Amino acid sequence: MESKLQCIDVRREALGRQLALFHDSRLTIHDSTTMLIDFTDKGLYCSAGNFYLDPWKPVEKAVITHGHSDHARWGSQQYLCHHYTLPILKLRLGENNYQTIGWNEAIDINGVKLSLHPAGHIIGSSQVRVEHKGEVWVISGDYKTENDGISGVFEPVKCHTFVTESTFGLPIYKWKQQSEIFSNIRNWILDNQSNGKASVLIAYSLGKAQRVLRAVKEVTGNIFAHGAVYNMHQTLTNAGILAEGMLPEIKRVVPEMPKETFRNAVIIAPPSAESSPWIKKFTPYSLGICSGWMRVRGNQRRKNADEGFVLSDHCDWPGLLTAVEATGAQRVFVTHGFQSVFSRYLNEAGIEAAEIKTEYGTEEEEAVQELTNNTAEQVATDE
Amino acid sequence: MNDVTQHTNTTPGGMQLFASLVYDLGTHTKTNEKLEALIKYFSAADDKDKVWMIALFSGRRPRRTISPSKIATWCAELVGLPLWLFEESYHTVGDLSETIALLIPEEKTNENNSPSRSLSWYVEKFLELEKSDEQQKKKFILDSWAELSAREIFVFNKLLSSTFRVGVSQNMMVNALSKLIKLESSVIAHRISGNWDPSTTSFSELLSEESSVADHSKPYPFYLAYAIEDDPETLGDTNEWQAEWKWDGIRGQIIKRNGTLFVWSRGEDLITEKFPEYHLLAEKLPDKIVIDGEILPVKNGQVLNFNVLQTRIGRKNVTKKQLEEAPAGIFAYDLLEVDGQDIRELPLHERRQRLAAIVSDVNVPQLMLSPVIDFHSWGQLKEIRLTSRDVNSEGIMLKRKSSPYQVGRKRGDWWKWKIDPLAIDAVMVYAQKGAGRRSNLYTDYTFAVRDGEKLIPFTKAYSGLTDKEFAQVDNFVKRNSLEKFGPVRTVKPELVFEIAFEGIAASNRHKSGVALRFPRISKWRHDKPVSEINTLDDLKKMLEIYGK
Repeated sequence: MESKLQCIDVRREALGRQLALFHDSRLTIHDSTTMLIDFTDKGLYCSAGNFYLDPWKPVEKAVITHGHSDHARWGSQQYLCHHYTLPILKLRLGENNYQTIGWNEAIDINGVKLSLHPAGHIIGSSQVRVEHKGEVWVISGDYKTENDGISGVFEPVKCHTFVTESTFGLPIYKWKQQSEIFSNIRNWILDNQSNGKASVLIAYSLGKAQRVLRAVKEVTGNIFAHGAVYNMHQTLTNAGILAEGMLPEIKRVVPEMPKETFRNAVIIAPPSAESSPWIKKFTPYSLGICSGWMRVRGNQRRKNADEGFVLSDHCDWPGLLTAVEATGAQRVFVTHGFQSVFSRYLNEAGIEAAEIKTEYGTEEEEAVQELTNNTAEQVATDE
Repeated sequence: MNDVTQHTNTTPGGMQLFASLVYDLGTHTKTNEKLEALIKYFSAADDKDKVWMIALFSGRRPRRTISPSKIATWCAELVGLPLWLFEESYHTVGDLSETIALLIPEEKTNENNSPSRSLSWYVEKFLELEKSDEQQKKKFILDSWAELSAREIFVFNKLLSSTFRVGVSQNMMVNALSKLIKLESSVIAHRISGNWDPSTTSFSELLSEESSVADHSKPYPFYLAYAIEDDPETLGDTNEWQAEWKWDGIRGQIIKRNGTLFVWSRGEDLITEKFPEYHLLAEKLPDKIVIDGEILPVKNGQVLNFNVLQTRIGRKNVTKKQLEEAPAGIFAYDLLEVDGQDIRELPLHERRQRLAAIVSDVNVPQLMLSPVIDFHSWGQLKEIRLTSRDVNSEGIMLKRKSSPYQVGRKRGDWWKWKIDPLAIDAVMVYAQKGAGRRSNLYTDYTFAVRDGEKLIPFTKAYSGLTDKEFAQVDNFVKRNSLEKFGPVRTVKPELVFEIAFEGIAASNRHKSGVALRFPRISKWRHDKPVSEINTLDDLKKMLEIYGK
């Protein structure tokens, strides 16, 4: 254990050298003794149980925290996830060998005790608790501490080692309460209606769109959705996961619909639609973007949004600190986001921490928007 | 819809109105929305605030009374963050004022939601603060942060640090004003130019029909040209057009009224003091005259490279040595006022004639007539344009001989026809996050040329890519950064760009030995590998040809 921590210190001094090895996924922790969870080039790996957590390459057994595409990837032989995540995986990955469990239902995998706990990020999102020979790790996946009414309530889980995301790991990121943001969204829609404008709301199809729909349904029933949002909506509604009436009925935007259909309506669309010709159809409209990145003025201006709603499915800075503290962990590994900042801060606060390079954070909000999947792939293949 | 987060029942205070205006102008994407926001502001704000707003929107900022590092330290201290974390936040936001506004807690001491104080109250407080000691300044700043809302804090900080800028042209503000008061926009533009003090000028003094008597220094708004997009052939008969060199200096107005000489730059800075050699002009020029021209380094009637003059600008005091090495002259373009008469409505050829006569009468070496280029066909002018660099000019100006002297940037009568920039292929080696619209994106790059096996950084460039391209490069940087020095990332040298620039000069402050003028990215060379970029020798050759 001690040599691993030395390694963390060395990290600071030899940062440059280490970063030069950045394609080696084990760069932060190089050690011959294996930890309960190892950071490998395929993802987080538990050798004792022989399973991976959110692997980014095909493996034999994958435990999936939630249905976003950077965490749930195709090609593995077996998948384990929460019941609620199953319909999402089926929609996105097709038929596979799936096993599902509920929250707080421990199972045994090759002598390792594993259980899922609500992460509050999106529907079905779970933290993974792994216990072996008295040592407990919790892998957060993505999470938020505020109860959004859909995703389950984030449950702090005591552990020795906590692996946390850090998408918004800077103190400038502080969220307002959901109820306040929702009332802003509603006022904005009413205002647009009084000006004869449609309201186009950009929200990621899985997670954000469902939250936003709950705000929107209070002021109008005239709601349309982009195909991606619509498909996800149907999947979730048909799966019977959500309480009856939690989400309103929505109509899919189809090319045959005349322009007048959208007068004063609300249209929910994913980020990829925001700069596409598709959106022109709704003119006159006002564009509102729902994302944690809208907290910074420049991001909103860059996207030419008429209004930015600072609504995120990730923790803000106070949320991250509260969550880390609540685990009581002695050691924290920080993944995707502002990992170097957050781990340094934790170290200075007396909690041993190190940053881990992963391939998460390419989905939507985490990828500092902008990137349509195409450009991301293009750059990736250019490497 | 301006402010979804601040629905209050009380009438908004001055600072709140101003902060909303700044926010709206920053987020509205359409020109008439911005115009509406301005009109709304002018209808709601009190007169004193309006005067300050006009001053601020026309670049009259109160001076900085406190250093940015002090402000940063006090904020970090107040919110209990280590300074390094404050700085990391700052590098991501890209703007100090906004970083602070995001960090200060939302809970306000102003609990009963009473309207905020006026804009003028704060600005005048800043002026008072100049004489206060640090403790007083600190107290004022912390108290203000505690009572203002986030948007107000942002604006407050911008004013406090003298970094207030706004993304609307002065023209647009003038247009908004002219919708509310019964004055022509050209008259308003003239009124608000020049030397007036917002703390002693009232709104009615500034914009009533009767005023506009006192200020003798007042320049006219500059007439600016757009770049010509089509072939000049489309302009028609060459006889209708006057061609001049487009000089690369400081556009300025030379004014003599009441026996005093005033030199204004296009940015409406009074820069008379910077050019002691113009004192001769003060003597010789006839009174009540306004000349539009270009301030240039000139020796024996020859225009020198502008770099020569650049070393002198920005210095508080000009030394004798500098005066000898970089003597400044004026190439006169136009005559706007003579004998106290505004002659801007006269056609250019008449103004030019009178200007020529005056220049010749005055007969001082500092004042020259900007020569007219003789040409008979557009084809011939195209040839001449290619020789622009030989006379240290950056291209050609085309002016319709019958044109009046207009206000602001206008199409139709005047066009600039610049030469193609110089260009060099280089590889990106460092990246840093940008500011404003580019906050949290790696958009500020440093480029290098090859020197044998080594890469020599030689310039930075911030502009020239589309948003989509910036996003791609940002993604590349995030995946391919090698080391991190504070906010700067070293990047795998792989992306090749063509860098365009207007000029090149020797520099001992740069490792490469050269400094470029107006460098920007002109093309992403997807087709070019790093092995084929230009070399340091190529740069040096360019320096030899164009840097003298």
